[in-house]
Amino acid sequence: MHIVVCIKQVPDSAQIRVHPVTNTIMRQGVPAIVNPYDLFALEEALRLKDRHAGRVTVLCMGPPQAEEALRKCVSYGADDAILVTDRAFAGADTLATSYALASAIRTVGTEQAVDLVFTGKQTIDGDTAQVGPGIARRLGLQLLTYVNRIVELDPVQRSITVERRAEGGVQVLRTALPCLVTMLENTNEMRFADMDQMVRAARFEVRKWNREAAGIQDPAKIGLKGSPTVVSKVFGPAARSQKSETISLDQSTARDAAFTMVERIFTRNPSLKHDLEERMQA
Amino acid sequence: MSETPIARKPAGRAGRSFELPEHLKVYRGVWVFIEHDRGTVNPVSWELIGEGRKLAATLGVPLAGVLMGGPQEPLERFASEAFGYGADLCYVMRDAVLAGYRNEPFTQGLTHLVQQYKPEIVLLGATTMGRDLAGSVATTLQTGLTADCTELAIDASNRALAATRPTFGGSLLCTIMTLAYRPQMATVRPRVMSMPVRTIGREGYIVEASLDLPEHAIVTKLIDFIADASSNRINLAYADVIVSGGKGLKNADNFRLVRELAQVLGGEVGASRPAVQAGWVEPERQVGQTGKTVRPKLYIAAGISGAVQHRVGMEGADVILAVNTDPNAPIFDFAHYGIVGNAIQVLPALTEAFRRHLSARQRQAA
Repeated sequence: MHIVVCIKQVPDSAQIRVHPVTNTIMRQGVPAIVNPYDLFALEEALRLKDRHAGRVTVLCMGPPQAEEALRKCVSYGADDAILVTDRAFAGADTLATSYALASAIRTVGTEQAVDLVFTGKQTIDGDTAQVGPGIARRLGLQLLTYVNRIVELDPVQRSITVERRAEGGVQVLRTALPCLVTMLENTNEMRFADMDQMVRAARFEVRKWNREAAGIQDPAKIGLKGSPTVVSKVFGPAARSQKSETISLDQSTARDAAFTMVERIFTRNPSLKHDLEERMQA
Repeated sequence: MSETPIARKPAGRAGRSFELPEHLKVYRGVWVFIEHDRGTVNPVSWELIGEGRKLAATLGVPLAGVLMGGPQEPLERFASEAFGYGADLCYVMRDAVLAGYRNEPFTQGLTHLVQQYKPEIVLLGATTMGRDLAGSVATTLQTGLTADCTELAIDASNRALAATRPTFGGSLLCTIMTLAYRPQMATVRPRVMSMPVRTIGREGYIVEASLDLPEHAIVTKLIDFIADASSNRINLAYADVIVSGGKGLKNADNFRLVRELAQVLGGEVGASRPAVQAGWVEPERQVGQTGKTVRPKLYIAAGISGAVQHRVGMEGADVILAVNTDPNAPIFDFAHYGIVGNAIQVLPALTEAFRRHLSARQRQAA
């Protein structure tokens, strides 16, 4: 069983700050982490390996420093780590990214055939959830998105049964390997890396593939050039034309402020008051 | 310097062309994929019909709904509802393999329809179905797809779809266009767009389409559907009143103050991302770009600073009341009413004030 897990190194978005005047991202001191959603994919892959034996390869497209994210995955138990890195990938949107990753997975597959590809649900910096479906489509893999549980994997029959989160319920789907699974968050808990594994990870030789090594056939399909979408504008949100009407506790007690505010809201929005009263009676 | 300007100029880099090639100029019309399951249409599809109506009017083109489903499903009834909400026509594709959503047959079906009828814009709900389908179809068609848009408009200079979405973890907004490819695809989350008014008797026409795909050609089988127990479903997106708490509440125990106010108002409890990350409240209650988008009649934000990530999830509320100690917090830039003060003190006072105001009227009625 050969499982490839696609991960991304992302800035810890909880710590991103925007300069209030220039609307630029202040990157200084923002730590880079493994996209948290991808860890659920990695853990699920490691569990399948524990159960069925096999090999877990982690794959990442990104700048040279993304090697650290791959090392982290090795410390959890991944057997192999490949960083697909080339300046030609810069500016890639999801379509160009899925092309590059799909090419790299095809190349990994020439070393040992790939049975399963895992990705996280989405990344925390892009939030698109588009790369997983894109890779599956390009490689002709069966696609199982938003999986919250792997019910059964049968390596002999080469079949997999999963529960997939849908609107208002869960779909139980069965398909054949090879397939691509995007794993939902909070579906498992990442294991701890012990000291031996951390030492192994620190010394691990992460393989680095440039465009040629990754087996990319068509350079017009990668990077900015291979991206149909164009970012035309980046901006901060506009304030409403009127600032909010505020009462400050500097001038009044909490009790007075609350009474005055509720009175004001109900006077200005009589229909809201009416609706709330209806709710009370219902 | 540590600050990198992120509004990079795309033009002229890597020899990209932003001109629409001649053969793509025949792409015309706005489409909305109408998502339905077990007999009901997901309201996000009607919200998109409402939004698609505006885009189609600006472009001077028809608005079409796309309905795909199995032999037993009431697709004609859904189509007539779509006409009522503003669609001019519906493509109806009925096939046994389309009973219940699966990626493969739906991807093939929608791809075929696009290739045959060539729409310039295709909109889908950013649901587990819509995102799964949109990603596969856009890859198959090799075109641009913008996820989770909060605003859609037509650029007057080139008739392109200008799709705005939060970026960088929700700290800024960006506008994305697909200039040299067609169709232009976008997903929009439930409740981001308002529900259009349905005109009974408004009519349209149906274009029947077929999918020549036998069941044995589809690898993935739908074995079962386990519906969520209704009791543990929190319908935050469609709640009329929401009281949300954030970091300013300081600890999990103080979150009780949010629950008490919500209870008096008969509303739901919401939360900002930091409050969810701190474990004070369950993740299903998160409001914002990575949580739920809501449009209540009344939204009370207590101890929430109002980062873009939160703002895009709730600024569609009719009335927003913010409570925050910092008079310069961004939330006061877009809330309608504000109390500058500590939420831990103000929440109990608001609970009391709302209780009095609302019960006074009840006493009069009695």
